[in-house]
Amino acid sequence: MPFVYNFPFFSIFICMISGIVTPLLKNGKWAYRLSLFAAGAGLALSGVLLGRIGPANESFSFMMGHFPAPWGNELSVGPLEAVLATAICLVMLMALLGGSRDIFDDVLPEKQKLYFIMMDEILAALLALTYTNDIFTAYVFIEISTIAACAIVMAKDSAATLVSTMRYLIMSLLGSGLVLIGIVLLYCITGHLLFPNLQQRVLELVATGQYTMPLTVVVGLIVLGLGIKSAMFPFHLWLPPAHGSATTASSSVLSGLVVKGYIILMIRLFYKVFTIAVIRELRITNVIFLFGLAGMIVGSVGAIKEGHIKRMLAYSSVAQLGYVFMGIGLGTDVGIMAACFQILVHACTKPMLFSCASALSAGRHHNKQLYALRGAAYENKLAGVGFTVGALSMIGIPLFAGFAAKVFFASATMAQPVKMWMTLLTLALSTVLNALYYIPAVAALWSRPAEGEAGEKQPSNPAFAISTVAFIAAVFFLGICYQPVVTLIQNGLALL
Amino acid sequence: MEHLLINHYETAAVILFGIGFLNLLLQNNLVKKIIGFGIMDSAVYLFLASQGYIAGRLAPILVGEVANAADYINPIPAGLVLTGIVVSVSVTAFSLALIQRLYQKYKTVNFDEIVLLARQKGDE
Repeated sequence: MPFVYNFPFFSIFICMISGIVTPLLKNGKWAYRLSLFAAGAGLALSGVLLGRIGPANESFSFMMGHFPAPWGNELSVGPLEAVLATAICLVMLMALLGGSRDIFDDVLPEKQKLYFIMMDEILAALLALTYTNDIFTAYVFIEISTIAACAIVMAKDSAATLVSTMRYLIMSLLGSGLVLIGIVLLYCITGHLLFPNLQQRVLELVATGQYTMPLTVVVGLIVLGLGIKSAMFPFHLWLPPAHGSATTASSSVLSGLVVKGYIILMIRLFYKVFTIAVIRELRITNVIFLFGLAGMIVGSVGAIKEGHIKRMLAYSSVAQLGYVFMGIGLGTDVGIMAACFQILVHACTKPMLFSCASALSAGRHHNKQLYALRGAAYENKLAGVGFTVGALSMIGIPLFAGFAAKVFFASATMAQPVKMWMTLLTLALSTVLNALYYIPAVAALWSRPAEGEAGEKQPSNPAFAISTVAFIAAVFFLGICYQPVVTLIQNGLALL
Repeated sequence: MEHLLINHYETAAVILFGIGFLNLLLQNNLVKKIIGFGIMDSAVYLFLASQGYIAGRLAPILVGEVANAADYINPIPAGLVLTGIVVSVSVTAFSLALIQRLYQKYKTVNFDEIVLLARQKGDE
């Protein structure tokens, strides 16, 4: 076995170990450095792995502790997993850099170490959800990421975050309860937990026509559970208060990564356990498709009505997740490829918007109402540029990443006449709605402030500068040179 | 109907799951919500434990020489139950800590009242 095959396990393990040793460190500053190291090491390992298996187009499964199936636990890795893991580590690293100043301002000094433990565990859980080949391991990491995600929301310890954490926690527990009973029923009718064995049994069951009803219920429960946790319409109401009130790095990580972890797991289950053909036959994709379309509209309408810039961005996340669900709902390889690409685009754009919005409000006494931010872009030009780039990408202007994603969605629908019209109309409507709230926000940021409104100029922050420049580069890379990424995703989906 | 009686453990588990789920969703009292979560998860463990049990076989513990695998019940569901219990204990502990924090701030565990108070104070 080549040494590089150990890297997925190493990257998960480094994050977990970092979380475990963090309490021994002196203070929050060192915990922060360790978290940066863990995310950086994960990025390096995933990057090397991607460089190795991406061009070679190979996939492998890694036995944990060298116990063979069906006893052992496995990771399975292909180009898709490697791309997603690299993106997850990169976004985590940049979100930590971009939100570093706010973490040390918002979180009590004696609790800062604990905050970084939660960040490490979230990264470990996301990597494990991306790599795992065992459905019960997936459940355990779903729960780890739930607790850690709630903890990073409540870390700010204001009344608003406590209430929104409670709401988030209740919805998450309902979601994971449904996933758990779904997994148990699946075990009950198949007798396996590893993806390849499950797939074999599921295909046998479908071929013989046994347990059709229980199988439909299982898929329904798992989709519903993961949908609640990833804010699929109509279960999205917990997201805006939670993502809008948390500290900057938490909002970035939650919007950019945590909700995506469950969607990635859903896609992998569709391909590796149920197979996409069976999912299409069960007509689950049509339900996901309609929920996705509704989410695109409802999220944007919510954002238009919102005057608080972070809650506006959070509503925009609901709309962007609607795109992902719409792509999955098409139920074809091209549709899901577009959904995966949209996951990457949103993961690079939304954290940048959140950290720029916070940097802009820093000069206005952290007042995050849009009317208070008039002209704020002149006090922190880089944050202003970052916010503008992110907003243009979200609207879908050519050369920006969001445009490429929309083109893929539009071209993915061509084979299905009914869905094509619904998709194209909703895409057009959603683009207009996106412009309706992003353009006024950008215009307000760059308009000249009235007398006495101008805030003080902010001292330069190298960590924030690095993160914003990296995110801007990523947005243009995905908007212009998307072909290699798309090829990797296509190859990865074919190998799943 | 007959199937429900034969699989009475599973039937009971699914009913309990429903009770727990609705409590977690609909109760206003946060502590009762978490009790609902406890019922919901226990129902899943009952389901799993009944799946692993095979009437007339031994507990999967080796004493002396290795006997035939067909003599033992299926140990995997028991392992899953153990893992699940660890998860639900930590989630319960976290939720209760959060509820305590909310109680310190608002002096109530009724979630509707908490939301109302938070709104009045302009926190949300």
